[in-house]
Amino acid sequence: MNWAATMTLFGSLGLIFLIGFIASRRERTSHSFVFDYYLGGRSLGGFVLAMTMTATYGSASSFIGGPGVAYHEGLGWVLLSVTQVATGYFTLMILGKKFAILTQKYQAVTIIDFLKARYHSTLIVLLASFSIVAFLFSAMAAQWIGGGRLIESLTGLNYHSALFIFVLTVLGYVTFGGFRAVTLTDGIQGSIMFIGTLVLLIAVIIAGGGISNIITDLQEANPNLITPFGENGTLTPTYVSSFWVLVGVGVVALPQIAVRAMSYKNAKSFHRALMIGTIVVGVIMLNMHLIGAFARPVLPGIEIGDKVMPLIALEVLPPWLAGIILAAPLAAIMSTVDSLLLLVSSTIVKDIYINYINPKASNKKVKRISVGVTALLGIIVFLIAVNPPDFIIWLNLFAIGGLEAVFIWPIIMGLYWHKGNKYGAIASMLVGITSYMLFQSFYPEPFGMHAVVPSILLALVAYVSFSFITQNRV
Amino acid sequence: MNKNKCQHKDYRFKVANREALIGIGLVLFNFIWWFAFAYGLGSKDVSEYTYIIGLPAWFFYSCVLGVIVMSVLVFAIVKSFFVHVNFNHEELEDK
Repeated sequence: MNWAATMTLFGSLGLIFLIGFIASRRERTSHSFVFDYYLGGRSLGGFVLAMTMTATYGSASSFIGGPGVAYHEGLGWVLLSVTQVATGYFTLMILGKKFAILTQKYQAVTIIDFLKARYHSTLIVLLASFSIVAFLFSAMAAQWIGGGRLIESLTGLNYHSALFIFVLTVLGYVTFGGFRAVTLTDGIQGSIMFIGTLVLLIAVIIAGGGISNIITDLQEANPNLITPFGENGTLTPTYVSSFWVLVGVGVVALPQIAVRAMSYKNAKSFHRALMIGTIVVGVIMLNMHLIGAFARPVLPGIEIGDKVMPLIALEVLPPWLAGIILAAPLAAIMSTVDSLLLLVSSTIVKDIYINYINPKASNKKVKRISVGVTALLGIIVFLIAVNPPDFIIWLNLFAIGGLEAVFIWPIIMGLYWHKGNKYGAIASMLVGITSYMLFQSFYPEPFGMHAVVPSILLALVAYVSFSFITQNRV
Repeated sequence: MNKNKCQHKDYRFKVANREALIGIGLVLFNFIWWFAFAYGLGSKDVSEYTYIIGLPAWFFYSCVLGVIVMSVLVFAIVKSFFVHVNFNHEELEDK
C-alpha cells in the first residue's frame, strides 16, 4: 500500500466531506425541505454554476474512462473528446433564459416538474420517471466502478474493499448534505480538477521527455496513434462526428445537467457561468485525454483502461502529490454520483410519491423518506458495481444516449415550439427509447454513427408529426 | 390560447430566443472548425505531417487552438450581445 498517496487522498476527501456537512447545517434553517434539498433554493452564482456543471458532466467516464480509451486509441480519441467543449456553452445557451423564466413561473424543481407543467400529462411524468431511474442506474454504476478502480489502483486494496470505502464516503455526505452541499463542494472540486489535470499533464510531458519526444515515441509504436483515426484506423469521421450529438449538443437533455440550468440566481450568474464554463470544460477535457494519450510511451502495457489515470499519476508524481491530484477525479466522480443519486431520489420522492401517493405528506416525513430512498439507492448501485466491466466509459455512454433520446425533444420543443403538445411528446419519448434500445441491441453503429443520432432523428419526426396530427384535439 | 398571448407579451422570450440561436450558430462554427482542421490536415500520410510545438498540425489547430478560439468567442459574444433580464415575475412588478 502506498501510504503517502492514501493519506493525502483521504485527507482531501475528508475536507470535502466537512464542507458538505457544514453546508447541510446551514440548510436546516430554511422552510421548504424539497426546494432546498433538491435545488439549493435557486441561489447559485456564476462560478459555482460553471463548476457544478463541469463536475457533474466531467464524471468518471471522462476522468477515468476517457483517458483509458485515449491511452489505447491515441490522439484520435482526444479529438473525439474535445467535442465536449460545446457542452460548456451550448447547454446553457439553449435552455438559457427561457428555461429559467418558465421554471420559475411553474415553480419547477426538477425536469419532471417542468414537463408536467408544460404538457399536463400523467403518462409523460411516469415515462420520464421510469427513464431517469432506469438509465441513471447504469450511469451511477459506472461512477461507482470508477471510484472503486481509482482507490484500488492508488491504495493497493482489492477492488471490493476499495468500492466499499468509496460508497460509504459518498453516501454519508450526499444523504445529509442535499443539493446545496453538493453544488458547493462542486465549486471546490471543479477547481481541483482544473489545476490537477494541468499539473499532471505537465508532469507526464516532462516524464516523457517533451512533447516532440512523446509524439515520436507514439509514432514509432504505431503511426495511427497520431492520426485522427485511432489505433486500428477504425475511428471514421462519421463515427467521431456523431459524438457531437452524444457528448456535445445532446447533453442539453440530460436531466442532471438540465436541473442545474434552473438553479442559478440571475442573468449575471448565467452570463458568468457561460464564460467560465466554456474555458474550464475545454481545458479539462483536452488536458485529461492528452494525459491518457501521452501516458502510453511513459508507462506502456496497462491492460485495464480505467487504471491508466491513477497509475500514471503515481508514476510521474511524488506519492503525496499524486494523492491530492487524484482527489480531483475522485471528487468529480463523487459529485456526479451525488447529483445522480439526488436526481433519482427526487424522481421517486417528489415526482411519484408526493404527486401520486401521498400529496399531503408533512415536511418531516418527506425528509425522512428522501434520506432513506437516497441511501437505499446507493446500496442497490453498490450491488450492481460489484462485478465491473473493464471499460466503464461504454456503460456511461449507453446511459447518456438513452436519456438524450427520451428527453431532448420534449424539453427543447416544449420550450421553443408552442404547437408541440403532449401527444407529440409521448410519441417522441416512446420512439426515442424504443429505437435506441433496438439500435443498441441489433445495429449498434447505424450508418457508421453512434446509435443516439438516428434515434434522436426518429424521435423528432415522431414529435412533430404527432403534434400536427393531434392539433385539433387540444 | 393563454400561453400564446403570454409569449407575445413577454419581451424576455425574444431575448431568450435570440440567445438560443446564437448558441446554435456557435456550435455550427465550432463543428466546422474542428472537422476542417482535423480531417483536412490529418488525412494526409503520417510521413507528410507538419508539427507545431511538437504536436501534429491537425491536432494543434483542431483541438488546442479550437478550444482557445471557442473560449474567446463565447467570452466576446456574451459580453457584447447577451442582455440582462429578470427571471422572476414578481421581481419585475416590484420595480
